Amino acid sequence: MLTNVDSAAFAVFLALFILVTGMGFVASRWRKPETLAHLDEWGLGGRKFGTWITWFLVGGDFYTAYTVIAVPALVYAVGAYGFFALPYTIIVYPFVFAVMPVLWKVAKERGYVTAGDVVRGAYGSRGLELAVAATGVLATMPYIALQLIGMEVAIKALGLSGEVPLVLAFLVLAVYTYSSGLRAPALIAFVKDIMIYIVVIAAIAIVPSKLGGYGAVFSAADAAFAAKGSGGVLLSPAQIVPYASLALGSALAAFMYPHTLTGIFAASGGNTIRKNAMLLPAYTLLLGLLALLGYMGHAAGLKLASNNDVVPELFKTLFPSWFAGFAFAAIAIGALVPAAVMSIGAANLFTRNFWKVWVDPKVTPAGEAKVAKITSMLVKVGALLAILLMPTQFALDLQLLGGLWILQTLPALVFGLYLNWFSSTALLAGWAVGLAGGSWLAWSDGLKPLHGIDFGAGTVAVYTGVLALALNIVVAVVVNLVLKGLPQARLSREAA
Amino acid sequence: MIRLLLLLPFIGLMIVPFYNIREPYLFGFPFFYWYQLAWVPLTSLLTYIVYRSVRRAD
Repeated sequence: MLTNVDSAAFAVFLALFILVTGMGFVASRWRKPETLAHLDEWGLGGRKFGTWITWFLVGGDFYTAYTVIAVPALVYAVGAYGFFALPYTIIVYPFVFAVMPVLWKVAKERGYVTAGDVVRGAYGSRGLELAVAATGVLATMPYIALQLIGMEVAIKALGLSGEVPLVLAFLVLAVYTYSSGLRAPALIAFVKDIMIYIVVIAAIAIVPSKLGGYGAVFSAADAAFAAKGSGGVLLSPAQIVPYASLALGSALAAFMYPHTLTGIFAASGGNTIRKNAMLLPAYTLLLGLLALLGYMGHAAGLKLASNNDVVPELFKTLFPSWFAGFAFAAIAIGALVPAAVMSIGAANLFTRNFWKVWVDPKVTPAGEAKVAKITSMLVKVGALLAILLMPTQFALDLQLLGGLWILQTLPALVFGLYLNWFSSTALLAGWAVGLAGGSWLAWSDGLKPLHGIDFGAGTVAVYTGVLALALNIVVAVVVNLVLKGLPQARLSREAA
Repeated sequence: MIRLLLLLPFIGLMIVPFYNIREPYLFGFPFFYWYQLAWVPLTSLLTYIVYRSVRRAD
C-alpha cells in the first residue's frame, strides 16, 4: 500500500488530515447550542451563520473537490467548451441574490429545514412534497460519490494504492458529521477554502512563469488541439448553444440541490445571503483560473493516463513534493466539506419529508435529529459502496441525470414564492413529465447531456436539462389552465 | 427598476458568439477568456449597487 510514496508529501497530507479530523469533532462545541438534539441545530447549525461563515461554507460546498479535478480535466481534453463552468458560476449569483433571501425568509418564519418543507407549506400537498424530497435525495447520492472520486484521485496522486485510505477517510468523516452536524463542515470549510486558495494562487502565479507566460500556455494548448484534430481554445459554431444552455441550466439547478439550500437556510438573514451573492464570485474567479491548469498541462507537455490526472501531475511535475502533498490534501479535504453537507441535506429531507410524514408523525425534535444523524451515516456508506462496487462511469452518468432531475424541482420550489397561480396538481404533473421526458431524452442520447433539435436548417444541440425544464413548465401551465378552466366553463354554461 | 441590473450578467454571458473570438488579447489571454473573467468583478459590482438599494427591505 505504501509504494511510491513521497515521505514529505505524505507527512504534510497526513498532518493536515488529522488537523481537520480533530476540528470535525471539536465542532460540536463550536458556537455551542443548548442542545444538538434538534434538526435546527444539527442540520442547520442554529440558522445563525453570518456573512463570513456562510461564505466559507457555501464556497466550500459549491466549489467541490471534484470541480478542482474535473474542470481542468475537461478543459485539458476539449478546450474552451470546458469553460462553461465560468459563465455558469457567474450568472448563478444574480439568481441567488434575487430568489434565495425570499426562500430563506419563508423557511425562517415557519421553521422549514428543507425544500420539501417549503413546498408543503406553499401548496399543502404531500405528493409534491415527496416528489421534491425524493428528487433531492436521488440527485445528491451520485454527487457524494463524485466527491469520493475526487478524493480517490488525490490519494492516488500521493502514491497510496488500494481502497483502504479512502474508506478510512470517509468513515472518519461519517463519524464526526454524525456527532457535530453542519458545524463540522462549516468549521472545516475555513481550512479547506484557505488551502484551496493558496494552492490555486500559487499555481496560477508560478506555473505560467515556469512555462513561459500565459501567451505560451494558450499557444501550447492551441498546438495540442490542432495536433489532436479536436477541441480548441475557442468554441466551434456547433458548441455555442450547448455552451450557453449548459451554463444557464447548471446555474438554475445549482441552488436547488439539498447541500446548497442547506447552506442558504443556515444563514443568519436575508442580507447575509445578499452579501454572499456579492462575495461568492471570488471563488468563481478562482475556478476560472483553475480551469486554465488544463492548458498548462499541455504547455508542460504532460503525458496522462487519464484526463483527471492533469491537476495532480502538474503539481507533481512543477512543485516540491511537500507542496504537492499540501495540494493533494487541499483536494481531499475539499471533498469532505461538500460530502458532509450533502449527506446532511439528504438526511434532513428524508427525516422531514419522509420519516415525519409517512412513518412517525409524532416524532419529537430530538427524534428528528436522531433519524437525520443515522440517515446521514447511511447515505455516506451508500455512496462509498457505490464507488467501491460499481464502475466510476455509473456515478458520473447518474450525476449527470441528477442535475437534470433537480432542475425539475425549480418550478415547485420557486414559483410559489412569487405567484399564487399554480396548483400542486399542475406542478406535480410538470415535475413528472419533465423528469421522465428529460431522463428518456438523456437515455436515448446515450447519457450525453445534449439533445439535438432539428430546426430544418440544421440541428442545434441544447442542454437536455433546460429542455426538460421547458417541458415541465409548459405542462404545468397547461394542466393548470385546464384545471382552472373546468369549473369556470361549467359555471359559464350554467349561467347561459 | 435598479434590480434590472441583475439581468446584465445573463445578457453579457449568453451572447456567446459576441465573445467567442481571440482578438484583442490581454496579458496573453484571448478575448474569450478575459471577457468572461471580467464579468466576475463586474457582476459583484452590479450586485453591490442593487444591494445598496434593497438592503433595508427586510
